[in-house]
Amino acid sequence: MYVAVKGGERAIDNAHAWLAEERRGDTEVAELSIAQIREQLALAVNRVMAEGSLYDPDLAALAIKQARGDLIEAVFLIRAYRTTLPRFGASHPVDTGAMSCDRRISATFKDLPGGQVLGPTFDYTHRLLDFALAAEGLDVPEAEGGAPSDTQMPHVTGFLAREDLIQPEPEGADTPRDLTREPLDFPADRPLRLQALTRGDEGFILSMAYSTQRGYGRNHPFVGELRIGTVTVEMDIPELGFAIEIGEVVLTECETVNQFTGSKTEPPQFTRGYGLVFGQTERKAISMALVDRALRWEELGEDNVGAPAQDAEFVLYHADNVQATGFLEHIKLPHYVDFQSELELIRRIRAEAMAGQAQEAAE
Amino acid sequence: MWNLAPRRRNRGNDMTASDYNFAYLDEQTKRMIRRAILKGVAIPGYQVPFASREMPMPYGWGTGGVQVSAACLTPEDTLKVIDQGADDTTNAVSIRKFFEKTAGVAVTEKTAEATIIQTRHRIPETSLTEGQILVYQVPIPEPLRFLEPSEVETRKMHALQDYGLMHVKLYEDISRHGEIATAYAYPVKVEGRYVMDPSPIPKFDNPKLESAALQLFGAGREQRIYAVPPHTKVVSLDFEDYPFDPSKAPHPCALCGAEDTYLDEVITDDQGGRMFVCSDTDYCAGRREDAA
Repeated sequence: MYVAVKGGERAIDNAHAWLAEERRGDTEVAELSIAQIREQLALAVNRVMAEGSLYDPDLAALAIKQARGDLIEAVFLIRAYRTTLPRFGASHPVDTGAMSCDRRISATFKDLPGGQVLGPTFDYTHRLLDFALAAEGLDVPEAEGGAPSDTQMPHVTGFLAREDLIQPEPEGADTPRDLTREPLDFPADRPLRLQALTRGDEGFILSMAYSTQRGYGRNHPFVGELRIGTVTVEMDIPELGFAIEIGEVVLTECETVNQFTGSKTEPPQFTRGYGLVFGQTERKAISMALVDRALRWEELGEDNVGAPAQDAEFVLYHADNVQATGFLEHIKLPHYVDFQSELELIRRIRAEAMAGQAQEAAE
Repeated sequence: MWNLAPRRRNRGNDMTASDYNFAYLDEQTKRMIRRAILKGVAIPGYQVPFASREMPMPYGWGTGGVQVSAACLTPEDTLKVIDQGADDTTNAVSIRKFFEKTAGVAVTEKTAEATIIQTRHRIPETSLTEGQILVYQVPIPEPLRFLEPSEVETRKMHALQDYGLMHVKLYEDISRHGEIATAYAYPVKVEGRYVMDPSPIPKFDNPKLESAALQLFGAGREQRIYAVPPHTKVVSLDFEDYPFDPSKAPHPCALCGAEDTYLDEVITDDQGGRMFVCSDTDYCAGRREDAA
């Protein structure tokens, strides 16, 4: 006899208890602390902060712990928390030119004011598993010159701008629209597109950028500059009547220099793609700059060649991994009402078709 | 460093009603949603963009419906939540618990006792009355989406009332299959103006869209709200020679014997055995109580 799917409530409670047990794993193994995650899984923390749109390493570390290392789930936890916070104001735009850089490289100039600073990068490591790391408690030698540089590091694009070799960017509206407080609508201006890209899924943005390199909306980028470091955040305090420093954030900024052939009215000039992401997240920042540049085809008077990365609706509607994973995974929820209606439809259509065939055969 | 103490109370798992605003959302957000709802009511069937928030459940689990319910709930309300017609499916339980926790409102499984009903994929069999609100969870609010992927284009088509593409699709169905091959999320025209997706309800439910209750549709991920005010004309799209047919399985309910309800098919063994039972569990249970 049919037993109705009762007891959903008890099933949910039991599933949650089991989940908590699985999250902890073997209790013979020491529990991870938030500080350990924050300090030793810093790049995961950075990704969660960037895609969660909330700069708080401790909360991001907590989310990673709660999500059992599932970073998209951690991003979701941070987003759901962030949305309950009041938006009480906006900071001044941060000055990335005054960034205290840990890393700053240019692929377009061999040397430049402020110099090339490799910083803590995987770039020239050999990807050989370091079995010594498996033994815990090894001393880490202190890195020479590990402190951030205070040398002035002007933006590379500034050098090109002095010769008018690169397109100047128009001043934007004082307060750009806030993607988290207004619905996304189209046409989306550049500030809105950049907001969507910086919180978009790293894998998606990477693949979109990669597709432009392979010819789907090619825009021939040079990494004019990539910098990672700390900037101060300033905010006007109405009671004081002036701006004060309210904190520091680590950012990764990438400016690409792209070719532009010019038009009848304008001589050729380089153009820009821009990426700016929370934390040390350079794969994302470079990808963002390439996709930003691809999305600018219209304002730069280029042809739409029909490449996915040129289609703002396609890119912006599908870049958000919290939205994507939610909608994708919801198909595991019950759909038996819809499926039942499809079942009946297909049975009816098949019965009619078979009857038709039988009649033809008889004739 | 590690200084979460002042914020800790706001975290999900140990949340209590006092930690969050009534019905979870802050009042500013609710006001924004209510404005969208009012606009939707003023322009029946029109999809109003709204600044959907991240909710503590995933997109696709009913975040749009939850936000609309949160904006409509008052402490005096009685809430019913159904998924696939049933009150005890896991996601219906989860959403009902969410509002019990964050709003502390009374909940019920009885359709007639509820003032607000949040639903996924069904309209209750019991006729709704004036003063009730039916909140639908909507995955894809745009009825033209699978014909035209661009939002810019579909908004233009709605503005110009350019629904030719939809009629061509229905016509092609007939020429290919002998009937309109849409079994759920069957498109309707609201008050002679907007073509609307009624959410993935079976087309059996479409006639119930003309109702005494206020019907609100929330699509969280797609950031859209729309509405069908009480007693609004809702016509399922069809042709004169191929009229709309709200079909169902040709069986009575195996539990209550009803012949006029939407049925779930339940596989009972691996020999092709099956039975058909009411999808609306409250309606079915009520009929069995009356019979007993």
